[in-house]
Amino acid sequence: MTTAAPLLGPQERATLTRPILIDNPIGIQMLGVCSALAVTTRLDKALVMCACVVFVLVLANLAVSLVRNYTPGSIRIIVQLTIIASLVIVVDQVLKAYLYELSLELSVFVGLIITNCIVMGRAEGFAMQNPPWPSVLDGLGNALGYTVVLVLVALARELFGAGRVLGFDVLPLAAGGGWYEPNGLMLIAPSAFFLVGLLIWALKTWKPELQDKEG
Amino acid sequence: MPRLESPRYVVLFATAVCVVCALVVSVAAVGLADRQAENARLYRHKNVLLAAGIVAPDERLSDAELMRRFESAVEPALIDLATGAPAQATGLDPRSYDQRRARNDPGMSRPAPANDAGVTRLPIVGLVYYVKGPSGPVQVVLPVEGAGMWGLMAGFVALDRDGNTVRGLTFHEQKETPGLGGEIGNPRWQALWQGRKVYDAAWEPQLRVIKGAAGPPAQDPHRVDGLSGATITSNGVSRLIGFWLGKDGYAPFLERFRKAAA
Repeated sequence: MTTAAPLLGPQERATLTRPILIDNPIGIQMLGVCSALAVTTRLDKALVMCACVVFVLVLANLAVSLVRNYTPGSIRIIVQLTIIASLVIVVDQVLKAYLYELSLELSVFVGLIITNCIVMGRAEGFAMQNPPWPSVLDGLGNALGYTVVLVLVALARELFGAGRVLGFDVLPLAAGGGWYEPNGLMLIAPSAFFLVGLLIWALKTWKPELQDKEG
Repeated sequence: MPRLESPRYVVLFATAVCVVCALVVSVAAVGLADRQAENARLYRHKNVLLAAGIVAPDERLSDAELMRRFESAVEPALIDLATGAPAQATGLDPRSYDQRRARNDPGMSRPAPANDAGVTRLPIVGLVYYVKGPSGPVQVVLPVEGAGMWGLMAGFVALDRDGNTVRGLTFHEQKETPGLGGEIGNPRWQALWQGRKVYDAAWEPQLRVIKGAAGPPAQDPHRVDGLSGATITSNGVSRLIGFWLGKDGYAPFLERFRKAAA
C-alpha cells in the first residue's frame, strides 16, 4: 500500500459497503439463493454458514488477486475453482473439528460453497482485475451482503416457524401451553423464497433507483 | 502477454497452484484429524443416549456433561456375535473397542452371510450397551449399519428389557439426500419407532418401514411410516433392521438377554 492508495479511503469504503445494501449479491444480483433457502431454518445454522462464506470469499479474492498477473487466461477459471475448493475443504475440516453437530446439519451445504455463484462471481468479476486490498474489501462486502439477507431470513423463519431465536424460546408455543401457533410453512424451503422476495421488494421501494427500468 | 500462454508456463503454473492448495488442505486435514475423531466418538456416545431416551433430541450438553451421563447410565459390553454369549478373554476393552475397525480387520472379522442390507463383513466380537437400572440392565442399545442411497447408514437401536420393544432409533452417520432420505436423522421421524415391536410370535424380525403412514404402535406394532421421495433409503433402513436383529446379527444375543430377564 502506498500513500496514494489509503487503506480505507472513500473508494475503498464504497467497495466494502456497496455490496451490503445497494449491490447486494442476493437481493440485486440474485446470486447464492440456493444456500439461502437451505440453511436458514435456524439462525445458528445461518450464522455459521455466513462465517464460512466470509472466510472463503475474503481469502479466495485475496489469493486470486495475488496471482492475477501470473495466471494464464486459458486456465484462470479452473485456477480460481481450485483455490476456492481448497478453502472450502479447510472450512469443512475446521467445522468438523470445532462444531461437529452443526457440521452434520449443514451437511452438503458447506461443500456447496464451492459452487456458490457469489464466490466464483467475485473472483472472476473483481479479484482478477483488482489489487489484493480492494479485492479483500470486495470479498468482505459481498460476504456481509450475503450475511445480512441470510440473518434476516433465518431470524424470521426460526421466530415464526419454531417460536425461537438462537434456540431460546421467544414466542411460547401452543403445544407447550403458550399462545403461539407456529407457522409450518416457515420450516420448509419455499418460505425463504417468499422472504427473499419481500426483502427485495422492501429494498427496491426504499431505493427506487435500484428498480429495473421497463422497456 | 504471450509469456503467460506458453504451454510450458501453463503446466508449471497449474502444478504450482495444485501443490500449494494440496499442502493447505493436507495440513488442515491431518492437523484436525484427532479432534474430529474425538468429536465422532462423543457423537456416537450421544447417539447411544439419544436412542435410549436418556438425552432428549433438543437438549444441549457440554462434552464433559455428556461423558458423565454416559458413564453413569451406560455399561458397554462385548459379546461373541455368533452365539450371543459374553466374549471370553479377548483382551479387548469394551470402552475403547471400535467395532468399525474390527469389522475391517480380517483377523477380527468374517465375511457376512448373503444379505440385502449391504453388510459385507461381520466382526467376531460385537459391542452392546446396557442401560443400567437399579437391579440389572433395563434396556440394551445395539449398533446397526447398512447401505443407504448414497452410502453407509450407521446408527443405534435401543430395545426394552423384553428384547423386543423399540425404545429409540438414531443414525449418527448417513449421507442420504437432505430433506428426503436425510430425514432418517430427523428426531420426529425417529420418535415414530418408539413402542414398536421387532419380532413376531415366532421371534422372526418383522419391523420395517412401509410406504405411506403406519398406525399407532399398539395397533400397528411392526410397521413405521415411510419417507416420501426416499424409497431406497426407507428400504435400506428396513433391511438393516432385519439383518442386525435377525439370526446373523443380534438375535442370539437378544434371546439370551430375554432369558436372563425371565
